[in-house]
Amino acid sequence: MLEVSGITQIFGGVTALEDVSFSIKKGDITGVIGPNGAGKTTLFNIISGIYTQSSGHVLLNNVDVSGQPPEKLARLGMVRTFQNIELFGGMTVLENVMVGLHTKSSSGLLACSLRMPWSRSEELNIRTAALKWLEFTGISELAEVTAGNISFGKGRLLEIARALAVEPGIILMDEPAAGLNSRETLGLARLIQRIRDLGITVVLVEHDMDLVMDICDRLLVLNLGRKLAEGTPQEIQENREVIAAYLGDAD
Amino acid sequence: MNRDMIKFLGFAALILAVPFALSGGYLMNVLVFVGIHTMLAIGLNLLLGYAGQISLGHAGFFGLGAYLSGILTATYGWNPWLAMPLAAAVVGGLAFLIGFPILKLKGHYLAMATLGMGIIMYITFNETIGLTGGPSGLSGIPNIAIGSLTFDSDKKNFYLIWSFTLGMILLTLNLANSRIGRALRAVHDSEVAAQVLGINARLLKVQIFALSAVISSIAGSLYAHTMTFISPASFGFNFSVELLTMVVIGGLGSIYGSFLGAALLTLLPEFLRAAQDYDIIIYGAMLMMMVMFMPRGLVRGVPDLLRKLLKKRGGKHA
Amino acid sequence: MQFDQLLQYVLSGLSTGAIYALIGIGFSIIYNATGIINFAQGEFVMLGGMLTLLFLDSCKLPLWAAIPCAIAVSTASGMLFERLAIRPLRQPTPINLVIITIGGSILIRGLSMLLWGKDTHAIPPFSGEEPIAVGGATILPQHIWILGITLLIIAANKFYFYHTISGKAMRACAYNRRAAGLVGIDVRRMVLFSFIISSAMGSVAGIIVAPLTMTAYDVGVMLGLKGFCAAIIGGMSSGGATVVGGLILGILESLGAGLISSGYKDAIAFIILLLILFIRPQGLFGKAQSERV
Repeated sequence: MLEVSGITQIFGGVTALEDVSFSIKKGDITGVIGPNGAGKTTLFNIISGIYTQSSGHVLLNNVDVSGQPPEKLARLGMVRTFQNIELFGGMTVLENVMVGLHTKSSSGLLACSLRMPWSRSEELNIRTAALKWLEFTGISELAEVTAGNISFGKGRLLEIARALAVEPGIILMDEPAAGLNSRETLGLARLIQRIRDLGITVVLVEHDMDLVMDICDRLLVLNLGRKLAEGTPQEIQENREVIAAYLGDAD
Repeated sequence: MNRDMIKFLGFAALILAVPFALSGGYLMNVLVFVGIHTMLAIGLNLLLGYAGQISLGHAGFFGLGAYLSGILTATYGWNPWLAMPLAAAVVGGLAFLIGFPILKLKGHYLAMATLGMGIIMYITFNETIGLTGGPSGLSGIPNIAIGSLTFDSDKKNFYLIWSFTLGMILLTLNLANSRIGRALRAVHDSEVAAQVLGINARLLKVQIFALSAVISSIAGSLYAHTMTFISPASFGFNFSVELLTMVVIGGLGSIYGSFLGAALLTLLPEFLRAAQDYDIIIYGAMLMMMVMFMPRGLVRGVPDLLRKLLKKRGGKHA
Repeated sequence: MQFDQLLQYVLSGLSTGAIYALIGIGFSIIYNATGIINFAQGEFVMLGGMLTLLFLDSCKLPLWAAIPCAIAVSTASGMLFERLAIRPLRQPTPINLVIITIGGSILIRGLSMLLWGKDTHAIPPFSGEEPIAVGGATILPQHIWILGITLLIIAANKFYFYHTISGKAMRACAYNRRAAGLVGIDVRRMVLFSFIISSAMGSVAGIIVAPLTMTAYDVGVMLGLKGFCAAIIGGMSSGGATVVGGLILGILESLGAGLISSGYKDAIAFIILLLILFIRPQGLFGKAQSERV
């Protein structure tokens, strides 16, 4: 599904990532963990096309997508969410999700201005699909509320609904549990599993170890910009290097 | 039929009824300008209010449309109905090309670059004397005609201009409520999130820049054919600022707000005849006041204010 | 093309260039301290000239006394502008800031028109009008005043930014406003300072150029924009690069007016402005830096 090989990222002399390689299998939930400053978010920004790496390649479904802009990646089936949710605050919740269906529709400037019959039926389809995703994430009752006015936890769900509307093959989530209370986190865990059940590959950066250990099929551990370990949650929990990195070298 | 459509039809009926209520030819003439200014304000509002990109050079596109139409008809004897779309296509194409480098810039830099672009066009209108007549202007531009009906009186022009303006309002309302309008607002709210969802923000901004230039160009052509005389003074930096003021006063991202802003700014100087020339003080003060106290514009700001006042009242009683 | 004539163009270009440089540095100082491009910058240039005239004609002050008074009043209005328009802004988004400084600019221009009318006025040159021969060309004493005063101000500016506490604090703000605030620098005060310095510099530019070009309520627009162009060529530096930018612009304009056409003279600045913004937004001498745009 996703293959990352030899990614190195240098910011003005500081090496944020060094020769990171891994691959992610279709249908897995993969967690990327590591102490603060390990380079997790940088890695996400590179994979999702927001940064361009200094060297290395990203392959999506065996196609080299290194250096492609995010809008191109979305069309290739990869979408992401942000650590500090990026909602369209001036629009309603429903409209937010409808934006996610942009790539699923094609009426141009002229057709939209003239409200041609096909653009009207397209609009109806967009609305129906958007409502479906709101239902999937459990926030249907907020459909007509302005997105700027909903709680952080609901905003998180909205961001996920919006990303799912793109109908991605793979979704990257940057710290989806950050800022959520424990009940919301539990709901999120179930939601992520349901997303996987739709056949969507999930990759998440996360600090909440309970959540990660609970739902992830595989884990990737970064430390100081390098890959430290990779394996099942069980293997990672028993990995001495990982324990040392998290707790500091005690011995 | 939905609520938006009813609102629009009501608005259109109100506008088209005006000539029956007014007999004076002079006010009719002013209302023709309200129509032209409304088109221009809507064009700029698409860019500023929906896409969040400022332009201080739209007077240039307005002028280019006017001059292309004027020169093609007055000098080369074209039919206005041919000159107008050609002018719009040329201006749109030009804006599309300039759009790519210019919309890479953001905020203050974009403002300065568009300002520079507008001034270059203004200087060109002044200096290409052979074509434009230079500072003394271009005269003898024919009126628009349909068959034997020539739009040569204020009343006829009123209907001509306002059929274009109302058409434009309808089309832009449709656009604003479509996937494109949503994508624009998305780019405005969070460009990175819009991109991640597959929206090509850069292309979209350039398209809207070109569209708003096309609208300005059509308004320019209509202006040329109703005035039959144009000179560079109408297309300078001050007019770009006036357009900006209309959009800000009416409300960013509100189509009817653009009408309100255009109407206010066009009618105000007429009522303040004594204060002529000093209208720029009023524009300046209004711009500052609006940004400071009513950044959402009159159309949304006044209801906000009323609601606040009512709440205060209610609070006191409780 | 004769050498003497070329020299003449270059010399007169240098003095207008010096004016652009002063105005440009004013733009840069505010931009670096606040991230704002102050569209009202040109109006302080206009105020300098017009106020000098006011003190000369209405208050019957001698020139040497009228000039400091004019600078003081323009600086005070710059301060007032920051206090009344910039600081109270609740949503200081770039678009709002552009709109409010444009609003301020046309308000100041309109009030000046109300006060002084639309006529063009002349200020007497500082010391006579006897041309001085330089090689085969001639310059006016006022040209020397312009170059001298510009040099002086740039030197004073350099001293302020590198050798005084408040100047260093201002530089800290330019590098990183948040960090400057964290180490105890009063950022809002620095913003006010930046408006004070740049309106003072702008008004000086307006005063020293007025005897050459005359002055009117609306001269601020073009002078301001060209000053901005100088700053853009210099990569928004508040030092040498912007000075060079101003001089390049002044000389190109003067050559363009002489060799091509005086009508297109004003267009040169804007074509340069667009080219730089499109191709080298970091300025002619700067290293690539993406956050500027």
